[in-house]
Formats: sequence, structure tokens, C-alpha cells
Amino acid sequence: MSKRIDVKNLDIYYSDFLAVKDVSVTIEPRSVTALIGPSGCGKSTFLRSLNRMHEVIPGARVEGEVIIDGENLYGKGIDPVMVRRKVGMVFQKPNPFPTMSIKENVLAGVKLNNKRIGRTDADELVETSLRGANLWNEVKDRLDKPGSSLSGGQQQRLCIARTIAVKPEVVLMDEPCSALDPISTLAVEDLIAELKENYTIVIVTHNMQQAARCSDRTGFFNIEGTGKPGQLVEFNDTQTIFNTPSEKATEDYISGRFG
Amino acid sequence: MSTTTAVDPTKTSSLRSGRRFGDAIFSALSHSAGIVILLVLIGVTFFLFWGAKDALVADGSEVRGGAGLIAYIGPLIFGTLLSSIIALLIAVPLSIGIALFISHYAPRRLASGLGYVVDLLAAVPSIIFGLWGMQIAGSAVPSFEFLNEYLGFIPLFSGTVTTTGRTMLMIGIVLAIMILPIMTAVNREVFLQTPRLHEEASLALGATRWEMIRQTVIPFGKSGVVSGAMLGLGRALGETMAVAIILSASGGGYSWELLSANTPGTIAGDIALNFPESFGVERSTLFVSGLALFVVTFLVNMFARWIISRRSEFSGAN
Repeated sequence: MSKRIDVKNLDIYYSDFLAVKDVSVTIEPRSVTALIGPSGCGKSTFLRSLNRMHEVIPGARVEGEVIIDGENLYGKGIDPVMVRRKVGMVFQKPNPFPTMSIKENVLAGVKLNNKRIGRTDADELVETSLRGANLWNEVKDRLDKPGSSLSGGQQQRLCIARTIAVKPEVVLMDEPCSALDPISTLAVEDLIAELKENYTIVIVTHNMQQAARCSDRTGFFNIEGTGKPGQLVEFNDTQTIFNTPSEKATEDYISGRFG
Repeated sequence: MSTTTAVDPTKTSSLRSGRRFGDAIFSALSHSAGIVILLVLIGVTFFLFWGAKDALVADGSEVRGGAGLIAYIGPLIFGTLLSSIIALLIAVPLSIGIALFISHYAPRRLASGLGYVVDLLAAVPSIIFGLWGMQIAGSAVPSFEFLNEYLGFIPLFSGTVTTTGRTMLMIGIVLAIMILPIMTAVNREVFLQTPRLHEEASLALGATRWEMIRQTVIPFGKSGVVSGAMLGLGRALGETMAVAIILSASGGGYSWELLSANTPGTIAGDIALNFPESFGVERSTLFVSGLALFVVTFLVNMFARWIISRRSEFSGAN
């Protein structure tokens, strides 16, 4: 179910502004890849280009290739809707649909694209997805309550359940814990460790301890100055990045000398 | 800490201050604004009852129509509601469509241009719509006849088609066009308020644009759409000039036939047409129908609010 992502010479533009320059990287399946770097350096933009979500912003475009499963996401005739079904995304702030119950939230993606699902299958999927997101025991007695009645951490795990319910191959996470308290953060981090058994996970984080704790490989993005494009400075095993980084900028950043 | 909470009232503390002047003024202003609206409402009710009291106590044979208040006002209420409901049935889907086009489909430049046009339309006085409706009523007859011939099995389109075209359906259409801009403007505003985060959540699950709209924009905007529809309905219920110009009410009783000459009038149209030439109990009867319109509008609004509040838990406000 999980797939390798090959990014080749990716440039990302907002209209004429080059936001991220020349990223080439290979993201291994069944692993957690963390992207770290100072604010505004293009980590999120890069992450969103992996499922074509950055296109939501008018004028955004890319040059280069993102290849998943032998297919270029930016190739001719590729439907972004289908891309996003394969590459799911969890956002910075928990965003369950407020007009839906917990159960409806989990099934929200499954019912798209005219797919129908039987009652028993739906119940089963809700349970496996919520169990997969470590949320089942907390919500099993109130599946019909609104998703917004949960705590922030529970909402974020509900969003993860919603994402994995459509059975994607890759799960992108854009600072999934930045709006959560330490306990909820821990719950989500534990969950990430479990999810990597089945999914390729790419996570953007501002929290370097988090990157060190839960990722296998880490990429460091940096920006030379305002108005300059962000670049992937260094990409390596997390151990190597945090212990013996080869770039000065990486070392400065992780040791807290800037950023 | 419980021992330190007692405060000595005689001691002036640095945490105390006099009432702030600006706060006091603003508070007084907003309080009095709130009270004024209540006073207006009470005043209107009182005025209506005052004007209506003669007819309310009079014998049934003395009021307009000579057959009692209910016989006179009943069909008018029916006509008012019928024309407004037709207008809403046409205008609600149309305004949602236009609003969605402006908020989510049109290229940005076209969208802002269209937005202006819609706002301008909202400012067109109703008499213009009335004149326009009267003008085109005649040329609408062939389409009315078409409806009658092929959909005549539906009671609404049965009966004999009038040759003037001044029918209930025509009124409904004119009212629909009249309330369309205000409803579109309201809908567009609420659709644009949909949190970006929800839209993106839906898209990231692999929703198409339409699915994203159905999943996030419409549920989020639902209460706003109902409010917009109520604004439109209020205008349609109370519309005077357009109705008075177009409809030649023939005291048709409770007739469901939208295309025939046999149509009930509407309360507002009836008052406008008959008020200048009536006196005494006759005029008082018109006050009673005005009171009835007041009550109907009230009930409709309360009903709409009840609908909105039923699922407020899921409204997105929390």
C-alpha cells in the first residue's frame, strides 16, 4: 500500500515568484520523513506539491517531476482529484467537518466520487480507521456526536482516521501537532510510528525533538534571504542529520544558533 | 489563598478606576438602539390594532366583501403565501447557483464584476419590476399555454389559461426576480466565509470541486441561505407595487390554478389598490388584513429560525 516518492528537479512557483528551487529527493516507502527548517522556507509548499494541494492557491505551478509508483503527478492528463486520493493530507489545525458527526467525518472521503458503501462495511471501516488512529476507545460510544465536540488532540486523530479511511499510499502531515498540547502530541507521535508500518509518511515540523523522535530520515530546508527561494539543503538519515550534519547551516539550525 | 481574598472596601486600590467615559457612552447608545427597535415593534402592533378595531368588532356583513373577515382575508393570505412560495421556489436554487458561481467558479475578475451587477439589481425599485412584468405578461402567454397543455395533469397548471398573462405564476416569477439579487448577495457572502481549512480538508480527501462545495460550503452556509431566503420572503410577502400593477385580482378564492384568470390577490396588493377609496369599517378591514400580514411574516420568520436552530450543534459555530 505504501509507495516510493521520487522528486526530480522540482521548482515551485506562485505566479512569477519562485518559492522552492530545485528539489531532488527520494522518499522511501514505509518510513517517516521529516522536513525541518525555519518559517517561510518552503517546507509546507513543498509538502503540498506532493499531492497537488498547493494548486488551490491561484497562480501556483511547478516545474519538474514528482513520481509516485512510476507515474509523474504533474504528467499530462493526471487528475489532481485522483492524486489526492492516493496521497492524503493532515493539516496544521485539526479540521473535522463541523456539520458532520464523528462517524460521518471518517466516511467523508470514502463517500466521494459517487462511491457507495454498505452499512456493515461502513461500520467496519469506521472502526478500523478509528482504531488505526488510536481514537476508537475514546469515541466508540458517541459516534453520532459532532466531530467538533472532541478535544483538539482527538480532533486531529479524527482527521488522521478520515485520511486513512480512503486507504491512501502516502500520508502528508503539515505540522500536525503544532496546535496540540504535549499529551496529545505524544498520542499523535505514537500513532505516526504505527502508521509507518503501512504508509509512507512525510511530516513537516517545527519541533526538532519531534523530528528526531519519530522520523527515519530528515530533510533540512533553508532560505538564503527574504525574496529568495527555499532550498533543500541537506537530506539524510535522521541520526546523521542530528549528529553529524555535513552542512554548516544544518548544524547551526539544529543546534539552535538561528531560526 | 482564601484568607487574602477579602477586600477592604474603604481602601482605594490601584486596581480600581472610575467608569470609563467612552464605555459608558457606547453602552448607553447600544442599549437605547436595542430598546428603540422593540418600541417600534410595539408601536406598529398597536397602530395596526387601533386601525383594525372597528372591523374586528363589527358584524360580518359590514366588513369589506360582506361575508365576514375570514372570508375576505383568508383568500388574500392564501394568495400572498402562494405567490411568495412560488417566488422562493424559483429564487432559492437560482440564487444559490449564482452565488456559487461567483464565489467558487468564476474567474476572479468576472466574479467581482458580476457581484457588482447583482448588488445593483438589488437596488432597482420594485415598481420597475412591476412595469416590466406587466409588459412581458402578454408575451408569456404561449409558454403558459405550453405548461397547461403538457403539464396540465398537475393541478397547479390546470384550468383555462388567461389571455392577459397576468397570472399568479407571472407574479411569482416577477417576485422571484425581484428577490433574487438580495438573496444572491447574502448567499455569496456566506459562501465566501467558508473556512479555507474545511475546503482544503475536503479537497485533500480527493473531492472534486462540486463535492467540496457540497461537503463544506453548502453545509457551512446553510443557515445563511435560510436567512437570505427569509429576507427575500419578507420582501415578497410585503411586495405591493409589482403585485398591484400586474395582478388583476378577481377574488378567486382559494384557487391553486396558477395560470387562470381566477386568482386571489395578495394582502399588500389589495391594500394598495383599495385603501384610497375606502372609509370606516371597510378601511378598518384593510387594517385587519395588514395585521394578518404582520402575523404571517412573524410566524414564517419564527419557523425559519426554528429550522436553523434544530441542528445548531452541527452548525460549525462551535
